[in-house]
Amino acid sequence: MADTMLRTSGVSMEPPRQSALEKFRADYFGRPSDVILTLGGTALLVYIGWTLFQWAILDAAFSADVGPKACEAKAGACWSVIAARWRLMFFGLYPYEEHWRSGLACAIAIGVAILSCVPYFWAAKRLAIAWVLGFAAFVILMRGGIFGLSEVTEEQWGGLSLTIFIFAAVALIGMPLSILLALMRRSSTPFVSVPVGLLIDTVRSLPLITILFTVAVVVPILVPSWLQGEKLYRVIAGMALFFAAYQAEIIRSGIQSLSSGQDEAGRTLGLTYWQRMIYIVLPQAFRRALPPTINQMVITFKETSLIIIVGLFEFLASGNAAYGSGEWAFAYVEVYVFIAFVYFVFVFSLSRYGAYLERRMRIAQH
Amino acid sequence: MTRDRLVTLLASRHFQAVVAAIVVVVLAGLIYAGQQELMAKGIVSGFDFLWRSTGWDIGFSLIPYSISDPYWKVLLIGLMNTLFLGFAGLALATLVGVLVGVARTSHNPVLNAIGTIYVETFRNVPLILQAFFWYAVYTHLPPPRRAIEFGDAIFLSARGIYLPGFNISNGAIAICAVLLVVGIVAALWLISSRRLTGWAEARRLPLAGLALVVAAIAIFLVGEAGRIADQPVISMPELRGLNIRGGLRLTSEFAALLTAMSLYGGAYLGEIIRAGFLSIPKGQIEAAKALGFRPFHIFTLVRLPLAIRAILPTLTNQYVWLIKATTLGIAVGFSDFFLVISTSINQSGQTVELLLILMGGFLLINYTIGTVMNAINRSIAIKGQGTRK
Repeated sequence: MADTMLRTSGVSMEPPRQSALEKFRADYFGRPSDVILTLGGTALLVYIGWTLFQWAILDAAFSADVGPKACEAKAGACWSVIAARWRLMFFGLYPYEEHWRSGLACAIAIGVAILSCVPYFWAAKRLAIAWVLGFAAFVILMRGGIFGLSEVTEEQWGGLSLTIFIFAAVALIGMPLSILLALMRRSSTPFVSVPVGLLIDTVRSLPLITILFTVAVVVPILVPSWLQGEKLYRVIAGMALFFAAYQAEIIRSGIQSLSSGQDEAGRTLGLTYWQRMIYIVLPQAFRRALPPTINQMVITFKETSLIIIVGLFEFLASGNAAYGSGEWAFAYVEVYVFIAFVYFVFVFSLSRYGAYLERRMRIAQH
Repeated sequence: MTRDRLVTLLASRHFQAVVAAIVVVVLAGLIYAGQQELMAKGIVSGFDFLWRSTGWDIGFSLIPYSISDPYWKVLLIGLMNTLFLGFAGLALATLVGVLVGVARTSHNPVLNAIGTIYVETFRNVPLILQAFFWYAVYTHLPPPRRAIEFGDAIFLSARGIYLPGFNISNGAIAICAVLLVVGIVAALWLISSRRLTGWAEARRLPLAGLALVVAAIAIFLVGEAGRIADQPVISMPELRGLNIRGGLRLTSEFAALLTAMSLYGGAYLGEIIRAGFLSIPKGQIEAAKALGFRPFHIFTLVRLPLAIRAILPTLTNQYVWLIKATTLGIAVGFSDFFLVISTSINQSGQTVELLLILMGGFLLINYTIGTVMNAINRSIAIKGQGTRK
């Protein structure tokens, strides 16, 4: 008896430590089914990866000098179509000599978006100033007419810069509108809360395309011509309303997740409704609603591609035009892959940022 | 006026009432202006146009249609097409989603990586771009005479994709599809419901199996009743002359939308399913292990029921979203509800009425999916957990 006790006391009671190699073997080849999955999966990945690499790099034509005929004869991808048509895809029908303006405007818009991801700018005032200034610079560069820039009207805007313009305008109008809608829906006056609730729920139950179609095609039938305005701005208004309806619900859930004590404390201090909202409720609600807000931004950026339906010449539409014309018609896969890649870069980085924020907030809570 | 007084004024009820009154006046003015505009264009309002014949053709219809048919029939066909594409898309997307979700929750790193690559690729590219891509791919396929064949059963050609079909009437196939859904839902309910007690609870799996068998028999009987006489049950596509005859033809438009919806939707559903499985507390599984449950039973009796409860509410939203995505039909020319409405607006000019029908149609679809899914959700929710929905 005493012997066994002695012996056990000498044994370490810690679980056996796994070496890296053992862990690798357990993860990848632990069970017979794992052996099959690991080997089969790796083979599949290698096969797809190699095929893609061969198609996109090894056998591909890159130079703009390679004509459509020679390019079509190649076994791999024909990136020459991009080299030949990239200006059309990025700038649309914007005057050729002025492309630098469109490009610079895009760079400014992307710069503002990146800046607003930095914690230093996470204050309503700084954020608002950055966006309004950036947006103004964007419009001045694109539209011209002052500072010696020649005027380029909205019908000539196109390509990626139009996509970015619409996205930025929708965010800029939609964000304040969504706060307003969220607060109005929570209003104690049924006169305000019921119609706003109805509006939000109706907009949310409709597909975005039907709203775009209504503002772009139906409104001109219904509204006298002096009230119509440019189609581009009607589309932006429609998308902003759609964005605001979803974002309002996100903010509302953020507000509701706050403990009621926050608002009550504000009341006892004698703060007015707007003071409580601006200094106490909204900042906290926004912080809680940040991950779904970023998610909504991601979705909105992807959804700007839908405006091709109503005949605006945005990035996807100019991509269609880039291969649609005769000689490059065979190169549709390359054009779509390239457009997809550009969207991927924007959307993926935005969604990674959202995931980073979520992690950061989870740590901050503990 | 000081700033404080202004703030108080803005918050007061009188001010809000004034805002409401302004909104009402503006809306009334818009409606009045719209009516004036329509009258000036000589358009008569009302729903009488629904009984006028259309005079135009549509690309895809599940029921017979001719250009002399009235507007209401075109709208009905559009709604049926939306539901058809929607449910086919939901079914395929769910299948893809389950596969991806299982791959991403797998402990095998390679399988996990494949799932991750899939999700990141398809989720970060706009759906309409994917629809355009697949439409371009399907219309660039070789002509029927040189169609790509898979074992004499599947033909891929520029005129569409041909699959083996059934020589059964469309109505009977629709009933069979409904029966299949009912059977699967009933089986899932039997596996995970908390309503069952005592005798029934111990026989969950056999009862679920029985539900599936009953559904299968019912499907067989309905199919047998709806068979087109003097034809083999399965109709195989085959090349005759310049064209492919027999079988089930999916038009390029339908196939493109279906592919895009199931791949894109599958990526989102996979994430929802993964989140559902990850939300299960570890202790539940460890408890089942400690009780000596086998892996199969841990999955069917513990993990799956708990995961389904966590998944269903988000799944409802995603399903509604996917059905709404059928409106992309207008991008490639598939006659879904929205395309039919927009063509009708162009042809008849009955803008307001058709927009109301459009809104009504989507409200009905959303409401139906929401009600059905919420009913399932309620019936399997763990009782006594208060507000957890």
